[in-house]
Amino acid sequence: MPQMKKTREGFGRALVELGRDNPDIVVLVGDLTDSTMVSFFAKEFPDRFIEMGVAEQNMMTAAAGLSLVGKIPFLATYGAFATCRCADQIRVTVCYSDLNVKIGGAHGGISVGPDGATHQALEEIAMMRVLPNMKVIVPCDFEETRKATLAAASIWGPVYIRFGREDVPCITDANTPFEIGKGNILRQGDDVAIVACGVMVHEALQAAETLAQKDVEARVIDLHTIKPIDRHLLIQAADDCGAVVTAEEHQIHGGLGGAVAEVLVRNRPVPMEFVAVDDRFGQSGNTVELMSVFGLTADHIVSAVNKVMARKTAKVY
Amino acid sequence: MERHLSVDRQSMLAAETTTMTRTNPYRLAIDQLTIKSLELRRDIITMLVEAKSGHTGGPMGFADIASALFFHEMVYDPKSPKWPGRDMWFFSMGHMTPIHYSALAEAGYFPLKDLMKFRKLDGHLQGHPSCLDTPGVEVSSGSLGQGLSIAFGAAYGSRMDGHPRRVYALLSDGEHEEGSTWEAAMAAGHYRMDNLCAIVDYNNIQIDGHVEDIMGLAPLGDKYRAFRWNVIEIDGHDITAIIGALEQARHCKGRPTVILARTVMGFPVSFMFDNFEWHGKPPKPEEGDRALAELGTSYAEWSARLLEN
Repeated sequence: MPQMKKTREGFGRALVELGRDNPDIVVLVGDLTDSTMVSFFAKEFPDRFIEMGVAEQNMMTAAAGLSLVGKIPFLATYGAFATCRCADQIRVTVCYSDLNVKIGGAHGGISVGPDGATHQALEEIAMMRVLPNMKVIVPCDFEETRKATLAAASIWGPVYIRFGREDVPCITDANTPFEIGKGNILRQGDDVAIVACGVMVHEALQAAETLAQKDVEARVIDLHTIKPIDRHLLIQAADDCGAVVTAEEHQIHGGLGGAVAEVLVRNRPVPMEFVAVDDRFGQSGNTVELMSVFGLTADHIVSAVNKVMARKTAKVY
Repeated sequence: MERHLSVDRQSMLAAETTTMTRTNPYRLAIDQLTIKSLELRRDIITMLVEAKSGHTGGPMGFADIASALFFHEMVYDPKSPKWPGRDMWFFSMGHMTPIHYSALAEAGYFPLKDLMKFRKLDGHLQGHPSCLDTPGVEVSSGSLGQGLSIAFGAAYGSRMDGHPRRVYALLSDGEHEEGSTWEAAMAAGHYRMDNLCAIVDYNNIQIDGHVEDIMGLAPLGDKYRAFRWNVIEIDGHDITAIIGALEQARHCKGRPTVILARTVMGFPVSFMFDNFEWHGKPPKPEEGDRALAELGTSYAEWSARLLEN
């Protein structure tokens, strides 16, 4: 069993590293210092930490103002509030002006658990990726979240980074390459490609092991950056495998699956299946129960692969 | 990364900031500011007649405040819009582009003839301001209720650096109906942002009618005082009072200042005066002629002046 760590801790630790390197790094928080784990930064750099209270819209646009005077602001709140509540601020002020604002969206996905639907962000990938100039990253584990946060500071412009609440298995390590816009192939295979992001990357790897027992070799792609999307990697996977399954802890509409389909349908149309939340709000429960009830486990990926393989064989696109 | 400045570059720029004089490039006297207000109003009418679209009444009413800000008070270099030593201003009321752009053009950010391409595909002057298109525009705006938050962030960051910059948030009265304006007001009061000055274009008019009828706003001064602001109330057409208020704001320590400037929509054109129907429409050519005659010029004369410069 791999080591378990929180993705949000990767965000919090990376901010401290950034803070030590660059005096222009500023962190804003909306009354969620501990749960977004910006507490590490707050403790080491109190003069560059701004508590904005329960006022996300003001926090978003204040971050825009900070970027205009040369700061690199990272703001942290729950993903549901950062995106849906501040959609207009992000669209008009941050993205239309192409400002250097980095948005940390905590509590992404159904795996948030007992807090229920209001706090389980399931729409932000779609909401953020539709905006010009925005980059969207959904890392799979602690180390990848840490690297994504460091990388976000190194490029100009708005970036949305989504991370979760719970401990998740450590899949990548310090040596795993990370580049914004470049997906990682974590397992080779030519029968089907499973493209996943966030916590679903681990489920995809487990699904691939199950499939291998039945002589189905799945290529597993960790597509941590949804936008800009790695077109080359996806087209190559469609060419080599002839069938694709996407897996994400997000609504089925407009997320990773939609983004991958937009690339493939115009370049290499192949049978596709989507593992995602089926157009419904979340609910309270524990994480394991919810992932099962909402169809987001390795078993669900295996089912989707079986379905897509049947379509591939029958040439039903 | 072309817009990103390295730390070294920023330190260098900060050093430049301290050696360059921080003053308004024009520093006009009162009588000259009055003339500049008149010229700005002629620009507004002329560019709107040409554009056949845009907001007339608000920009006309704000011309005296813009004149005082751009030609007496604010520190900037029109030849170097991103000069790090500059003051910053944010037109939260993005639809005020006719006065925003005419002030920028008169100040020297771009040629006056560009005003004649306002809202046109081959110009750089969007209907609502876009900072990636127009020099001198700090941030894109047009959705109301965001400018005070942006100004708060810019003021906060400037104070962190010990920068002497003043930050101006130019707000409409109507946009105080947006809740985010009050989030920003609360934060600015809490953090004692005395390098921040908000100016409210208090003309009591919004698209659907008088503000007091649409959504009662008074007593606005008391509201800001309750949010821990320094409040100055003035006649927004009295240039001496505007300059005095800006100076008073500069000297107020420990609190942000809001200047509630009582203005009249359409001022001083008789048929636009305090008429909310002039919020969001341009003058037709014959209306433009009448307005420009009241302002002591004609469309032919003033459009020629713009096109020549």
